[in-house]
Amino acid sequence: MSNKAKHWEKTRGLLFITLAIWFVFSIGIFFFGTEMEASSFRPFGYPLSYYMTCQGSLLAFVILNFWFAGRQEKIDEEFGFTEREDS
Amino acid sequence: MIKGKFIDNLPKVYGIYTGGFIGFIILMAIAEQMGMTAKAIGISFVVFTIAIYAIIGWLSRTLQMDAYYVAGRQVPTVFNGMATAADWMSGASFVAMAGGIYFKGYGYMALLVGWTGGYILVSTLLAPYLRKFGCYTVPDFVGTRYGGNAARLSAVLVLTVASFTYVTAQINATGTIASVALDIPFKIAVYVGLASILLCSMLGGMRAVTWTQVAQYIVLIIAYLLPVFWISSKMGAGFFPHLMLGDEVARIAELESQFGFVKNSAADLATVPKGLAGITKAHSSVNGTNWGFISLAICMMAGTASLPHVMMRYFTTPSVKSARRSVAWSLLFIFILYSTAPMLATLSKLSLIDPTLSTGIIGKSIADVQAIDWYQNWNQANLMFVSDFNGNGTLELNEFFMGGKAVVLATPEIAGLPYVISGLVAAGGMAAAMSTADGLVLAIANALSHDLYYKIIDPKAEAAKRLIVARVLLVLIGFAGATIAAMGIQGILGSVIWAFDFAMSGLFFPLVLGVWWKRANGPGAVAGMLLGLAAGTWYLIWVRTGGAGFWGITQLTFGIVGALVSLVSMVVVSLATKAPNQATQDMIDELRIPSGKTILGKQH
Repeated sequence: MSNKAKHWEKTRGLLFITLAIWFVFSIGIFFFGTEMEASSFRPFGYPLSYYMTCQGSLLAFVILNFWFAGRQEKIDEEFGFTEREDS
Repeated sequence: MIKGKFIDNLPKVYGIYTGGFIGFIILMAIAEQMGMTAKAIGISFVVFTIAIYAIIGWLSRTLQMDAYYVAGRQVPTVFNGMATAADWMSGASFVAMAGGIYFKGYGYMALLVGWTGGYILVSTLLAPYLRKFGCYTVPDFVGTRYGGNAARLSAVLVLTVASFTYVTAQINATGTIASVALDIPFKIAVYVGLASILLCSMLGGMRAVTWTQVAQYIVLIIAYLLPVFWISSKMGAGFFPHLMLGDEVARIAELESQFGFVKNSAADLATVPKGLAGITKAHSSVNGTNWGFISLAICMMAGTASLPHVMMRYFTTPSVKSARRSVAWSLLFIFILYSTAPMLATLSKLSLIDPTLSTGIIGKSIADVQAIDWYQNWNQANLMFVSDFNGNGTLELNEFFMGGKAVVLATPEIAGLPYVISGLVAAGGMAAAMSTADGLVLAIANALSHDLYYKIIDPKAEAAKRLIVARVLLVLIGFAGATIAAMGIQGILGSVIWAFDFAMSGLFFPLVLGVWWKRANGPGAVAGMLLGLAAGTWYLIWVRTGGAGFWGITQLTFGIVGALVSLVSMVVVSLATKAPNQATQDMIDELRIPSGKTILGKQH
């Protein structure tokens, strides 16, 4: 397999992991709105369902996005596809 | 000129700017103490900030093609993040969102999840690859990847429909704020708003829009956060509202069950001025179906990844790597405002409905409420209304009505903050609406001038001529948008949500599959764009004209229908026709790695 193909395979792997985490926080947990509301886990005293919509999921996306950027940079580096600084 | 040096000195330049803006706020606060009128403060804020944007727009004027279209591709990561955040957060986010949360509670907060989660799709599926491509506009990518004018034209069509729907809402928002702050009629204010928008973008294109958007982000974020933190401390709710309003949210739920949601009769409701609403839904509890929430979030996420004015911002970074990082920074800057909106809604609601607070009006006598200064002001502006439906002389929860915009615009006054804060909020709202309108008008004008005029109609046009055409189109589109906005056909939020659905219907799958599926070809993409857009539009019209709809998809989530049709038709038609040729396949391979030259040349 060529270098490019290997790079793309790893990139695709990272995509699936990232999208799986994204799915959980954007769609998955909101199938359980009432269950989250009834939960005794109340971050900062907010009902869990309320907390996730107004802060929790949003924060997860911010962290996920920075994490993804870092991982992808590592993959690019590994296969020598990093851009030169002057380009 | 300032260019090279300017880029190196960005932190310093914007640091001084921020300091200067804070100094201006303090100056206004002092002036207020010395007896400056509320109206004069409002006018000063709006005029002062617009003047600064106009100066930035003038300083960034350019005659260079790549400066006009992609800001010379040298916008540093973090600053591009700020510019994108301003580009993204529209008048709807700033003025209308907290109001929506205030009235509709949990179900409505799907928008917060959707408008942030979408950035994961932008970052993983599209932005870095489109940056590598080196295109000027989104249709530029579609046209080159799929080959042929049909694909390019279809992309221009979808882009124009979605962005134009969006831009009328933004010009409407600038008009609304300008008319309140400057005290002029809405129909004139719309054109004042338009003039300020064009001042920022006409001479310098993307370069001017970038640097004004950074300035606008700083204004709007200060204007949004300051009142919320202030009100929170003033109420004794905590100095850091995001982490400390648990008790207040619980208190609202307690008051809701104490008052109950009394349903008003249709005859009573008919006396309430148009556009105002009462509190009829629970604030924090789950108040709709799970699917209702999820479907709205899905539409906003896919729409985010398809809206050209956002994607276009990532064409301006120096590298693929910085485009990717820039998406993360954008989301962080957006998060700061979005996580604050529910806190503002909570504080605003509690200060109005809690009878134990001095600002609370529920349970007071109607005559007392009608005598309050701020009630009279906002009642006159047609944003507040009380009526004694049951005739007991006391104001009940179901007898108080407010416009969605009032939550942001009026709360500082209700909570007893000095007027200087209201002036600041008006300037912030103006910045939010202007920055988005700038990005949108530019996206449409660039697509028409680059893709329609230069690539299809007159490929031999010289640089100077292309830039003149781009500017003429910019003005024309701005005027068309303002004219429709002045007619006031639709509300701000509804049309913004529609824009996302339109973009998602026509562009989401053609863009994503263009990078991720090599087998996708021209005929498939054209079918995907046109049939997707047509199906979405048909569903919207059908539901609007009394159709029953299916799968619980409403007029706010019609993008699901459009995108599904788009996906299916694109896959079917692609597989039924010839695979893309070797040159295209190689181009996609090249697109997928960050290093090396961009696919399209620097000047094209």
